[in-house]
Amino acid sequence: MEAFEVIQPGFLTTVQDKGRHGYQQYGVPVSGAMDSYSLMVANLLLGNEEGDACLEITVLGPHLRVLGDTAVAVSGADLSPALNNRPLPMWEAVRVCSGDTISFGHPKNGCRSYLAVAGGIDVPQVMASRSTYLQSRLGGFEGRPLCSGDRLRRGQARVEIPSRTLPRQYIPEYQAENELRAILGPQDDHFTETGIRTFLGSEYKISLQADRMGYRLEGPPIEHKAGADIVSDGIPSGAVQVPGDGLPIILLADRQTTGGYVKIATVSTVDLPKLAQARPGDRVRFLQVTEEEAYRLLREYEKSIDALKQYVQRNDKDL
Amino acid sequence: MIYERPRFLPGGDRALFIELGDTIDPELNRRVRRLHLAIQEATPPGLVETVPAYRSLLVCYEPRDVSPQQLRATLELLVDKTEADEFPAPKVTEVPTVYGGEYGPDLEFVAEHNGLSPEDVVRLHAGKAYLIYVLGFTPGFAYLGGLSPRIATPRLATPRARIPAGSVGIAGNQTGIYPVESPGGWRLIGRTPVELFHPEKEPPSLLQMGDYVEFVPITAQEFSRIREEVEQGTYRPKETPLIEEDESGGI
Repeated sequence: MEAFEVIQPGFLTTVQDKGRHGYQQYGVPVSGAMDSYSLMVANLLLGNEEGDACLEITVLGPHLRVLGDTAVAVSGADLSPALNNRPLPMWEAVRVCSGDTISFGHPKNGCRSYLAVAGGIDVPQVMASRSTYLQSRLGGFEGRPLCSGDRLRRGQARVEIPSRTLPRQYIPEYQAENELRAILGPQDDHFTETGIRTFLGSEYKISLQADRMGYRLEGPPIEHKAGADIVSDGIPSGAVQVPGDGLPIILLADRQTTGGYVKIATVSTVDLPKLAQARPGDRVRFLQVTEEEAYRLLREYEKSIDALKQYVQRNDKDL
Repeated sequence: MIYERPRFLPGGDRALFIELGDTIDPELNRRVRRLHLAIQEATPPGLVETVPAYRSLLVCYEPRDVSPQQLRATLELLVDKTEADEFPAPKVTEVPTVYGGEYGPDLEFVAEHNGLSPEDVVRLHAGKAYLIYVLGFTPGFAYLGGLSPRIATPRLATPRARIPAGSVGIAGNQTGIYPVESPGGWRLIGRTPVELFHPEKEPPSLLQMGDYVEFVPITAQEFSRIREEVEQGTYRPKETPLIEEDESGGI
């Protein structure tokens, strides 16, 4: 069934889900929502599967017409969402009717907002995912950002939509300064001691070259032992590669599957959503954690997600 | 060199690297292929995917289903077992290619640059098997090893804005095929009507890491005929098992 008609597309609005896994061996990037947490929460609020497809909205949001009675949830960056020109509450399920308009205004905080609809955005699956990979025009809505006049469909809603809201502690606050916990490796031995100290002891600014592929950082250059080139290998999500100029690049959703620059560290999974909400000019610092610590953090995060899932299933009762 | 024991290296909290060496080497790449196939065959709990490259494998996992320690223990056992296992021989996929003319506008330049005739370039480029070291750069793009140094040619100073899908090119001492239309700076010597990447197919890439490619010269008429077969879905690329190899990775 039809969900929205695009009146104006905004700066960059794409269909994204939890990503395209299993095809990197053929050179196909993972893609998917940059902020996987916000994607998941918006879906859970509507009774969707946690990885269903949403609209990922970048800084300046679209103007949409609702094409049938349903429910939506907006999460992530606060880009001043509005329903029929009145503020649309974020982080909760909101009923909308055919003919309503959803628009966005001034970007207040964060970088990427997620608009989920009951049943999920329905575009054809390509290689088991609805995510858009813009570079190769793969997946999503005809492989491209939304344009005026596009009509988006949605899947069958899985539950009768209740008025679902979120306990306060599940709503993140986005800051202009972030500490990113990172696991050193796989090529930390390609850097001098000074280089590692610079990496862990300095503040870096997110440059204007920050997109779905990765964030290029500005700050003190990191010293290599003997050059920045290695025989190309795979790139995990959040990998920090350091090319010849010594300035780190954090590789994100649309990263290439392989690369030939040394990787000093990988940002922990739990810190990637807040990085996805950081904008050019924001600052980050790297804090070293061991693989075990990162795993423990991840398990804690998963426990809180499990509690959230139980909460939304029980509906509006307290946690 | 090839390490005596594979190195397990951290790739964050959802992936780990198994590094088998630190060079571009056909034997090393063959070991990566074997391990890649062995892990896919075994599908240990929590495995999401493996990303094979020249000399290493990135193993992506779901930490909800397996801890890094458990996975590592499983993979170490698998590494040892793989040494003794038999694997299907790599296959050689024939890639019919029209050389020169509108299909390969840089063939003349590559010939002149190397003091050869265009026919020499075709002879040196076709009729040998190139090892597919890794797929990357764009979906379905194969990094091939084994180009004759006699036809190595530098890239264009200014890349072309649009290169048709199927274009066969040379860049430095590499050769490759553009799977989809894209910009690029490789010297184009020919074009194949064969479809290298199709998102609706399983697997989506005609070529696989660790297999081989052999370019077979065809005429423009044959190009049109094969193109029709490709469009009708009746074309089957010719594939043969690899028989023997020399040290450079070519037959």
